[in-house]
Amino acid sequence: MQLVLERRAERSGTIALVSPLIAIGLTILTMVILFAMLGKNPLLALHAYFIMPLTDGYSLQEIAVKATPLVMIAIGLSLCYLANAWNIGAEGQFVIGAVAGSWIAVKTQGTDAGAWVLPAMLILAAAAGALYALIPAICKLKFGASEILTSLMLVYVADLFLDYLVRGPWRDPQGFNFPTTAEFDPVATVPLLIEGGRLHFGSVIALLVVVAAAILLRHTIKGFEIRVVGAAPRAARFGGFNANQLIILTFAVSGALAGLAGIIEVAGPIGHLQPGISPGYGFTAIIVAFLGRLNPLGILIAGLFLALSFIGGEQAQIAMKIPLDVTKVFQGILLLYVLACDSLVLYRFKLVFANRQVTRGAG
Amino acid sequence: MELVEAIILAVLAASTPLLIAATGELVTERSGVLNLGVEGMMIVGAACGFAGAWLTGSIFIGALFGMVAGALMSLIFALMALGLAVNQVATGLALTILGVGISGLIGAGFLGERITPAVHLYIPVLTDIPLIGRVLFGEDGFVYFSVALIVGVWWFLYRTRAGLILRACGDNHVSAHALGYPVLRIRTFAVMFGGACAGLAGAYLPLAYTPFFIPGMTAGRGWIALALVVFSSWRPGRLVVGAYLFGAVTILQLHAQGWGVGIPSQFMSALPYLATVLVLVLLSRARSGGSTAPAALGTVFVPDR
Repeated sequence: MQLVLERRAERSGTIALVSPLIAIGLTILTMVILFAMLGKNPLLALHAYFIMPLTDGYSLQEIAVKATPLVMIAIGLSLCYLANAWNIGAEGQFVIGAVAGSWIAVKTQGTDAGAWVLPAMLILAAAAGALYALIPAICKLKFGASEILTSLMLVYVADLFLDYLVRGPWRDPQGFNFPTTAEFDPVATVPLLIEGGRLHFGSVIALLVVVAAAILLRHTIKGFEIRVVGAAPRAARFGGFNANQLIILTFAVSGALAGLAGIIEVAGPIGHLQPGISPGYGFTAIIVAFLGRLNPLGILIAGLFLALSFIGGEQAQIAMKIPLDVTKVFQGILLLYVLACDSLVLYRFKLVFANRQVTRGAG
Repeated sequence: MELVEAIILAVLAASTPLLIAATGELVTERSGVLNLGVEGMMIVGAACGFAGAWLTGSIFIGALFGMVAGALMSLIFALMALGLAVNQVATGLALTILGVGISGLIGAGFLGERITPAVHLYIPVLTDIPLIGRVLFGEDGFVYFSVALIVGVWWFLYRTRAGLILRACGDNHVSAHALGYPVLRIRTFAVMFGGACAGLAGAYLPLAYTPFFIPGMTAGRGWIALALVVFSSWRPGRLVVGAYLFGAVTILQLHAQGWGVGIPSQFMSALPYLATVLVLVLLSRARSGGSTAPAALGTVFVPDR
């Protein structure tokens, strides 16, 4: 007797809807076991992770602040993954965007530059992120080099470049030798939505990106082409869609969004350029994209959920001394369960009684 | 003279983890499976390897811990990508994210601890030969094992029937299945071999390269190992050349930083990563006539019954 996988005649709509919920349930179950193994009270730990951040206004704002880059990057990545292009270097595009935008902030520091500074920073960051993402796209199309590996290698290069800038030419002379630029001027800072709060204008941009992506995918021909090229490459060829052009487009858009997220993070919550501007947003966004089923609205919800896990992880560390790495384990397990549950949309399990007829026929 | 010898020794030490991890991944990919989780398996191998050596005081047991940890991680991958027919690229990424977290959890208890690193071979007279003595007769066990490993893999793939069947699974799983070979079981073994190698390669870092564990100490070596497999055109012989070339680039940039060449150190540190991109581009271009990758690499296989 054996458990085997069998392709469904058509994809199951019910499972497509509930599979992320099953995945979250299984993840929480696994976390309970992990907490118990670490010698922590699982119920208290779950409370610290998922309930405590929802109970005060400051943490709620902080969730929205953390979800902003995650959602923006994940929307771009979802376009790539829908078109079957594997950009996994969003972390690097995020950093390059932050660096490019900061260049204007650093150069205009202390001058009487006007209100054009912040818009210019955003545009330059998006352009730089797009260009940086085009490197792996072009290497793939022109030379056939794996975009997975090249985009990832460029993450390390971007991190080192940022490190060089803040330790070298851009270091704040009054910064007591810390590797950071000076605080950005007010005109180079993303404005807050509530005076004295944490929520900033970047979250509004993220929401606009979600809406734009939803319209692109559901109501435009380009969106249709992206979905067809990924789901049925042969049909797309017969339909005369230009797959190469779509790879360029999706890489450029995802790079631009990651770059934009980078400068918003630096000119918003952080306020200056420094190493370690991202706790792995570019990689967590991959989980957000899949947990949200590559769907804009789903990504918005998934982004908020993973932001909750970041904040919850910090609170659990303060309240219960649970190591921060638990959050990474949580995210990894979650992605595995999401992928496993997604498999059940296309396949189902079947019990097979070991090829009895074959044995009989042979005997 | 002594400087040359020191550089060769350093290159060998830097190349060995790349060679071991890439050898494992080569076997995995020849069976038709693309496991992008090498970095994750390596970092877990590093944490478990160090834990094993620290607890037992034996480098050998530490290395075994690393191998078992890597194989267990790869078993998760096999369960997902082979058992549940999940997209291999996404599963591999998930494995790396998970691995970074797990290694942080395990390694947290051992931060700041030190062990006695793996001993180097010493044969009187032979090891004392100038220039080549220490290179040939004065290495640690990992270096010799890595050479034996790649020779063994070459022999297995090209000189045994089992190796032929494994390659057949990688080139055309439908035909291999039609001939009656258990494609998924063969692939599971190949994936676990790759995992054990990645775990061992990770364990090499805290057991022989530096005598302590730091989080994230693999620093992208798992990804470079993946690129090396592409570089090698999936052939063991070229893999050796590639691994030592990359080791040389790593060591040269370190020395260049020491010599105080007027280039910022961050640019030198970026060299191995940039070299990887460049190599991928040049090689993929040279091969425009046709891909040398296993034909079924990375594709999902669900046998008909």
